[in-house]
Amino acid sequence: MKATVLVRPKPGILDPQGQAVESSLRHLGFAVADARVGRLVDVDLPTDDRDEARAQIERMCEQLLTNPLIESYEIAFADA
Amino acid sequence: MNDRPLIPVLVFPGSNDDLDASLALTGLGADAPRLWHTEKELPAGTCAVVVPGGFSYGDYLRCGAIARFSPIMGAVQSFAAEGGLVLGICNGFQILTEAGLLPGALRPNASLAFVCRDVRLTVETRATPFTSRCAPGDTLTIPVKHGDGCYVAESEQLAELEAEGRVVLRYAAGENPNGSAGDVAGVTNAERNVLGLMPHPEHAVDPLLGSTDGRAILGSLVDAARLSVAAFV
Repeated sequence: MKATVLVRPKPGILDPQGQAVESSLRHLGFAVADARVGRLVDVDLPTDDRDEARAQIERMCEQLLTNPLIESYEIAFADA
Repeated sequence: MNDRPLIPVLVFPGSNDDLDASLALTGLGADAPRLWHTEKELPAGTCAVVVPGGFSYGDYLRCGAIARFSPIMGAVQSFAAEGGLVLGICNGFQILTEAGLLPGALRPNASLAFVCRDVRLTVETRATPFTSRCAPGDTLTIPVKHGDGCYVAESEQLAELEAEGRVVLRYAAGENPNGSAGDVAGVTNAERNVLGLMPHPEHAVDPLLGSTDGRAILGSLVDAARLSVAAFV
């Protein structure tokens, strides 16, 4: 089962990368109020059970994929 | 009392300040062998551990996020839990925060630029094993060189660190190179046996390097490590 984990800097956490992107977009003439940069992790798990996959990915996020102090995450399944 | 306290310096794939840290500690009277991260145990008689700077695992995912799971880190966790002295420098600081041994996190510099220059630091307290050779209010000149040194912590946590005197080193007025909250350059855990700092004391131990102020930090650690040997004997 394939899933994508979206990791974002939490609201209130300074995101200089997002600020640089926002500023560049403005230079290009886009009207942008805000831009934040996170990252995504595609994972492929050897299970067809979505609940089990979700539970596994949540543990991955807690242990490695995110730092809960500064980042939040969202799990999206490929077939959703 | 052991004349040369044993202070291993960890080496991860991508560490690059381990040799400087080892040389600096050796010059200050320690026995400071480098220890590869796949070791599961610290050498018998270890008095303190240094987690050096560099780019462990290429800074993939988040700085320090992968190194914290190296086999040796289990031994470092146990060592710290028993009161063992642990000093994390730069990437070592990042690894210790990721490992939960120190509060807060290090984010990309507010400027997004890699900063490499001398900074002046204010010593906030000498009541730690890492600053006993300093006086409170001392100003040390020690270089930083990092892209991810912006210290962040939740506001309540930051207030707690301040109230408990755990902000050990602060960037002097106008010196903050990375946007760190509260100008924090170095913090300890509640028990004060673990310190993380972004500046590199191991690069400031010889007049040829422009400053010898790093000796105050590393020399304090060597002093404390000697005392810890005495305690074990």
